Amino acid sequence: MIQPVSDLPLWAAMVVAAFLIFGSALALIGAIGFLRLPTFYERLHAPTLGTSWGVGGIMLASMVYFSVSSSRPVLHEILIGLFVTVTTPITFMLLARAALHRDRAESNGNVPEKHQHDLEDVEAIQGNAEEN
Amino acid sequence: MMLPYPILAVCLLLMWLMLNGFSWGQLVLGALVALFASWALASLRPDKPKLRKWWLIPKLVTVVFVDILRSNLAVATLILKGKRRPHTSGFLLLPLEIENKTALALLAIILTSTPGSAWLEYDSRDRTVLLHVLDLIDEEQWIATIKHRYEALLLEIFA
Repeated sequence: MIQPVSDLPLWAAMVVAAFLIFGSALALIGAIGFLRLPTFYERLHAPTLGTSWGVGGIMLASMVYFSVSSSRPVLHEILIGLFVTVTTPITFMLLARAALHRDRAESNGNVPEKHQHDLEDVEAIQGNAEEN
Repeated sequence: MMLPYPILAVCLLLMWLMLNGFSWGQLVLGALVALFASWALASLRPDKPKLRKWWLIPKLVTVVFVDILRSNLAVATLILKGKRRPHTSGFLLLPLEIENKTALALLAIILTSTPGSAWLEYDSRDRTVLLHVLDLIDEEQWIATIKHRYEALLLEIFA
């Protein structure tokens, strides 16, 4: 049975509030950074505030709140944090590689060139094609 | 074989019980789900990761947790200070020793979750990874930190 919010003991309310404010502040700062940072690669860093300890803080707040108010350990929020952490790198790499490809193709910005052996491969393939 | 991936099966069962609450009926149902999911994965024949020193995993998790928290605070102050504090972001080519796919995936998760660094591109032939670092003051120091704090541990954990 879940108690109403007003019946929550003071210490629990303070812990929950602290984690909630911490997590949501990080998510907000991440969003501000996403708006203000100048280049694409720098903007890539800002949302990770929300996906790491932003999610973490809100997750911990939720775990404490529901564990105290239903007086049994509620732990399934860990799964949200776990899956967010495991899946964000996929999106990030996809975005980053798309940006790298665009910047190299249009040669704008000081993006590091593709490794030398890739160019050698292309030359080798072209060489073979000419021989045939 | 009954259980091709015992660790995965146990994790799936735990996840099922966390989501549905513990009861004997859910235990049986979760065990069935874990069993069929393991068979489904086995038919894809992925490389089975070999753990060598699994007892180092809690150490890695602790180190990463603290580092992510510190990096969160560092990037947050960097964003809030904005233009008043000029920062130097830049690309960084990091040579890697680990080749194990699971260890590489873990390193990618660690570096992506740390707000100050982003994993851009891995080259399996050169065994280098291109990173973007938000506050790149000392390149050598960054490389040394990643190699000592994470890569050394990952190399020990995965055979």
